[in-house]
Amino acid sequence: MTKMITLDDVTKRFGGSAEVAVRGLSMEIDEGEIVVLVGPSGCGKTTTMKMINRLIEPTSGTITVAGSDVMRHDPVQLRRTIGYVIQNVGLMPHRTIEQNIATVPRLLNWKAERIRDRVRELLDIFDLSDGLLDRYPSELSGGQRQRVGVARALAADPPVMLMDEPFGAVDPIIRARLQDQFLDIQRQLQKTVVFVTHDIDEAIQMSDRIAILNQGAKIEQMAAPEEILRTPTNDFVRNFVGAERGLRRLGLIRIADIEVEEGPVVQSDASVSEARAAMEKFDFDWTTVLEGERLLGWIDASDLEVHDSVAKTQPRPFSAHVVANDSLRQALDSIVTSRTHIAVVVSDGDKYEGILTMARISREIIS
Amino acid sequence: MSGQPFFRFDWVWDHRDDIMTRLGEHLELTLIAVFLGFLIAFPISLFAYRHRRVYAPITWVAGILYTIPSLALFAFLAPFTGLSVTTAEMGLVSYTLLILIRNIVGGLDGVPEDVREVARGMGYTPRQMLWKVELPLAVPVIFAGVRIATVTTIGLVTVTALIGQGGFGYFILQGLSRFFSTATILGAVLSIALAVLADRLLIAMEHRLTPWARARGGAV
Amino acid sequence: METFQDVTAWFSDPVNWSGPQGIPQRLMEHLQYSWVAVLLAAPVGVALGTYIGHARRFEFITVTTANLGRALPSFAILALAFPIALHYNLGFSIWPTVAALFFLAVPPILTNTYVGVKEVDADTVESARGMGMSGSQVLRRIEVPLAAPLIVTGIRTAAVQVVATATLAAVVAGGGLGRFIVDGFARQRGDMILGGAFLVAALAILTEVFFAFVERSVKPRTASQDRSRFKPPYRHAAQAGRPGGDGYVPGA
Repeated sequence: MTKMITLDDVTKRFGGSAEVAVRGLSMEIDEGEIVVLVGPSGCGKTTTMKMINRLIEPTSGTITVAGSDVMRHDPVQLRRTIGYVIQNVGLMPHRTIEQNIATVPRLLNWKAERIRDRVRELLDIFDLSDGLLDRYPSELSGGQRQRVGVARALAADPPVMLMDEPFGAVDPIIRARLQDQFLDIQRQLQKTVVFVTHDIDEAIQMSDRIAILNQGAKIEQMAAPEEILRTPTNDFVRNFVGAERGLRRLGLIRIADIEVEEGPVVQSDASVSEARAAMEKFDFDWTTVLEGERLLGWIDASDLEVHDSVAKTQPRPFSAHVVANDSLRQALDSIVTSRTHIAVVVSDGDKYEGILTMARISREIIS
Repeated sequence: MSGQPFFRFDWVWDHRDDIMTRLGEHLELTLIAVFLGFLIAFPISLFAYRHRRVYAPITWVAGILYTIPSLALFAFLAPFTGLSVTTAEMGLVSYTLLILIRNIVGGLDGVPEDVREVARGMGYTPRQMLWKVELPLAVPVIFAGVRIATVTTIGLVTVTALIGQGGFGYFILQGLSRFFSTATILGAVLSIALAVLADRLLIAMEHRLTPWARARGGAV
Repeated sequence: METFQDVTAWFSDPVNWSGPQGIPQRLMEHLQYSWVAVLLAAPVGVALGTYIGHARRFEFITVTTANLGRALPSFAILALAFPIALHYNLGFSIWPTVAALFFLAVPPILTNTYVGVKEVDADTVESARGMGMSGSQVLRRIEVPLAAPLIVTGIRTAAVQVVATATLAAVVAGGGLGRFIVDGFARQRGDMILGGAFLVAALAILTEVFFAFVERSVKPRTASQDRSRFKPPYRHAAQAGRPGGDGYVPGA
């Protein structure tokens, strides 16, 4: 991985005041990763971000983007090569959506044809209809405006994006949708993203790595979200991440990432004794019934007392199905709401993969 | 006095050519004043916008000019520049300054901070920022200033009749000096009509100039 | 400068300080026109503006008044009053002039009062109602006190405009300080013109300054520090197009 952005001993002091907004911060950001700066208000996270495109000039220290010192560039030229999104979007109210998205390409004197194509491509990527091209920002919904804001920042295909609470101004449902959409797009585009938020959940969801900042932009911990949740390095991080740390971690782990339990299983043509043996093996009073790999349902000991073969029983359906791509948090939710207190894991619709129990999941939290 | 009819339409009809001449005069005096006023106010406003500290003293001076009654202002100037177009224009221009400066600076101040920040973040030079972002967004307020200045000037032009100019004000004065109500009423009604008409016309233009402000109805 | 000496001479000439054409007499006439007009216009404008702002009915009246008030050339109105008065044999009294000044004074008072009452924070009004205040209690205890600074702004705008326009009464065969200027022009007396202009300007500026002080004394008691409520950043557009916001005093 090459380093796309490096901050080396960067300090910012505002207007000769004694207080230091950013004190000797060093940080390296890899190409193609999303790093989220998170921390309480006034910790210097936004200041840090704005020094990268020189909206704020560092007092001392070195910042490089793609290997070259930002201070050696003309700030105006520099900013045209870095995407920038803020919370209130800041679309220009006197320009149409098309003109807004075309802002940086125009500053860079692209040909009209190329700008036209690029704008349409972006609308397509962001799932915005062509009908919006001639509209003004005041005619759009909040969610549409936010998407146009991100599309505009991506217009000239900058390798680096700076995003300051880009989804902060919309309601939670739309925010979740925008976050997912952005992550989808990011998977294809592989931009280097510096993302500022004060919302730890958003940080966990959006980031490859999180930097938790304290006053003066002091890095308390910088690591993958999973690691921060698993092993917070100090009380500040622990407090900031909050009491639901375990649950939040479960949200990050895919079922596919862990080994599921085999569980009691019999084929639908098995005998009663085979079924009893399967239950005893796991000390359960019920067993899953399969036909080949296909999940039919479950039967319990009482079913075996009235029928003389498994084939004659009527397997009951599981109330909780989860799939490999679900998170452990979703699996846990299924478990606590199901009668058997297990969640059955399936793939391709009804192919049986195994089961998850409360005990298995709590092992993941503790590890 | 009382033997004479209140309003004589035949007199108005006989003087239709004269009315057109006075209309041209009225418009000319107005347009020159607003144009020169804008020419002076614009750079002053940009300077005051960039250097905040001078804004208060500038509006203070413009405010005093604005407060001095027009007749007094013309009277101050007349001994030096005579009963001339120059005197009239100097007075008229000085009344436009406060309105224009306040609206130009106010318009620029009204540009949303987030738009400014993002424009900077995307790499606008300060000059591009002023001409492509700040001034276009300030257009509605600046234009409202031009409109108010124009309408105010149309009203004030009538007073310049007292220093030998005056457009429609000429009829007012003519009527007053001869106790001839038709001329006074004609002059007054015409200048009121012109002011109201100009106001309507400029409001309509304002709407055309700022299509984005018309676009409403999307969710917030 | 020679003219400057002329003016000083004019001011120090005792003849100009006495009799029916002296400065005190002209000043009294000027103040009489102005005060009577403003004293009549203020209750009318405040009452109408308060009612419309409170009841939110007939709001179009304020819009029309505001637009007309801005567009009406004051000299034309004053001039119009004269032949009408003659026609109805009202003759050479102060009333044609006062009537014209009254019409010029009502719009700024009306619109400022209306805006002041209307823009009282909706939450404040709602919570007052929620606590059980009646409509008239809300009006007296909440809306009018909070609108007071803007009401004063309206009166100030009107007063300055009226004082300035009263100068023109002299042109329309009336008295007041404008007489010196008009007579000066007629007799080609530079000292008289400048002296009159000086008096008129001084009176207008004094009026402005006086009301600025009144405004300031009303402000802290009611509007606390929240002046921004009347001047939110991007509402300047509305502000500037609307004489209600901040008085544009036509220089009459």
